[in-house]
Amino acid sequence: MQNQRKVQHLIIHILLIIGVAATIVPFIWMVFTSFKTTGEAMAIPPTIFPKEFRMDAYKKIIHSLPFGKVYLNTFISTIVTVAGQVLICTMAAYAFARLEFPGKNIIFMIILSVLMVPGQIFLVPQYMVIMKMGLLDTLPALFLPNLFSAFGTFMMRQFFMTIPKELEEAAILDGCNRFQIFGKIMVPLVKSGLSALIIFTAKFAWNDFMWPLIVNTSPEKMTLGPSLSTLQGQYTTDYPAQMAGAVMAVIPMIILFFVFQKQFVEGVAQSGIKG
Amino acid sequence: MNEMKNVQVKQRKKKHISKSKKSEWIAAYIFIAPLVIGLLVFYIYPFFQNFWFSFNEVNRFNISTFTGLENYKILAKDKELFRTLGNTLKYVVITVPIGICLSMFLAALLNTKIKGTSIYRTIFFLPSVTMSVAIALVWKWMYNGEFGILNMFLNLFGIQGQNWLSNPKLALYMVMIVGIWMSVGYNMIIFLAGMQGISQTYYEAAALDGAGPVKQFFKITVPLVTPTIFFVMITSIISGFQVFDTIYMMIGKTSLAYENTQTLVMMFYRYAFDYGEKGYAAAISIFIFAIILLITIFQFVMQKKWINYD
Repeated sequence: MQNQRKVQHLIIHILLIIGVAATIVPFIWMVFTSFKTTGEAMAIPPTIFPKEFRMDAYKKIIHSLPFGKVYLNTFISTIVTVAGQVLICTMAAYAFARLEFPGKNIIFMIILSVLMVPGQIFLVPQYMVIMKMGLLDTLPALFLPNLFSAFGTFMMRQFFMTIPKELEEAAILDGCNRFQIFGKIMVPLVKSGLSALIIFTAKFAWNDFMWPLIVNTSPEKMTLGPSLSTLQGQYTTDYPAQMAGAVMAVIPMIILFFVFQKQFVEGVAQSGIKG
Repeated sequence: MNEMKNVQVKQRKKKHISKSKKSEWIAAYIFIAPLVIGLLVFYIYPFFQNFWFSFNEVNRFNISTFTGLENYKILAKDKELFRTLGNTLKYVVITVPIGICLSMFLAALLNTKIKGTSIYRTIFFLPSVTMSVAIALVWKWMYNGEFGILNMFLNLFGIQGQNWLSNPKLALYMVMIVGIWMSVGYNMIIFLAGMQGISQTYYEAAALDGAGPVKQFFKITVPLVTPTIFFVMITSIISGFQVFDTIYMMIGKTSLAYENTQTLVMMFYRYAFDYGEKGYAAAISIFIFAIILLITIFQFVMQKKWINYD
């Protein structure tokens, strides 16, 4: 029996290690290539390890693209999107979960139906709204429509619904108004929901591709995703340069993931249970 | 006398309640105002405008002329629509079941008493936190016909590699592999959460009856995670229908495989922002919406039939 279990565990480990290999080989290949010279990347027979770790590719792309600006744009756009969505969605979600007001059900149904519509439907008119605002090719254009999320509101509402009403009633008796209750009592109680929302939104905003591609054109107003596409066009056959760009685009999210691993995993698990 | 007093008290109470109710209303409207205004400007108004556009010809300078059902009539005969629809359906029909099976399988392996589960979990999750555009670049490089690692690996076994992404017959499948690779870890976490909710007693009873791990998986785990399968299926189908980033990055306009890899959303994007035919693009987007709506309705009807909620 003991032996049989050991064999079972061994088989499981072998299967998992195959999975691990399939998962990390692309990452390793990306990092190794980024440190090669262009010549070495295209050598026959190909090498796996770089002969020496060179920073040439990184230096090259930093000179040819306004990488500092692009990073900054992506950071600002991500942080504003996250902060805005957390504030706007959480406030609205609290009202839908806890307050009674005329029109509540109809408004909530409309928000839910926004959730069902694929994003392409909105793109062209959104582009025109931004144009009418005179914001094409600016930083605010990157995040403005993303501040408002039907998904975030729905998810936070689910979290607020699980909090017992008694806590609020006690606070009302103590003379708190709705805004104090929201800020001091309710928000601290939905921390796990907030971290899930923050992670989803950060991941989405950081990785967003189609919207910045549409709404902004100048390289110094771009985010990382479309800049990688530009890089690909510029260095069609310079694979170390392409991989260096990919490494730089991927690293901040990976660091964030390692720091907030528990929240990431729990957030995703929650979305399956609550959805 | 007494009765009158009672009525007065009641009335006063009523007035009091309505006053606190009013303050609740005002608070609620303040809470929802930013969201509602934002959704109106950026989502609800655009929805109707897009719908209106689909009955218009909208030129490069965004001047629209009403053409009635013209866009839809052209669309109904457009060979490109059927080709992109075919590619999209192929993508969904292949990636969704394989993705679900793989992620369920990995979740089942991790839902055992082996050591190091959290390390495995972290590694499997990595692809889903990385930028799809960057991933597309990496895979494109791995698939490279001359210097790619895939051909290098196949050569070890004496298999002659090829230029995977410019082969019209293979390119879409190669993109599918990337799509699956990106989403398996994410769905695995959702399945794992579902499996951890299953009571251990079922497995103990089954083990006493002599059921091995494989039998336990099919007879206990799978039936009990059907709600999760359903959830993952809906989300994967919807995101599969909207695949864009990877194909955009991996298959260039001049690629031999271009026609065989263009999806509905790619077609929409080209018409809206490359060709500047926004009216026709609007009609395409309405078509995508209609398909997704149909699938969602179909799934909710089917849900009642095959999901086990006990």
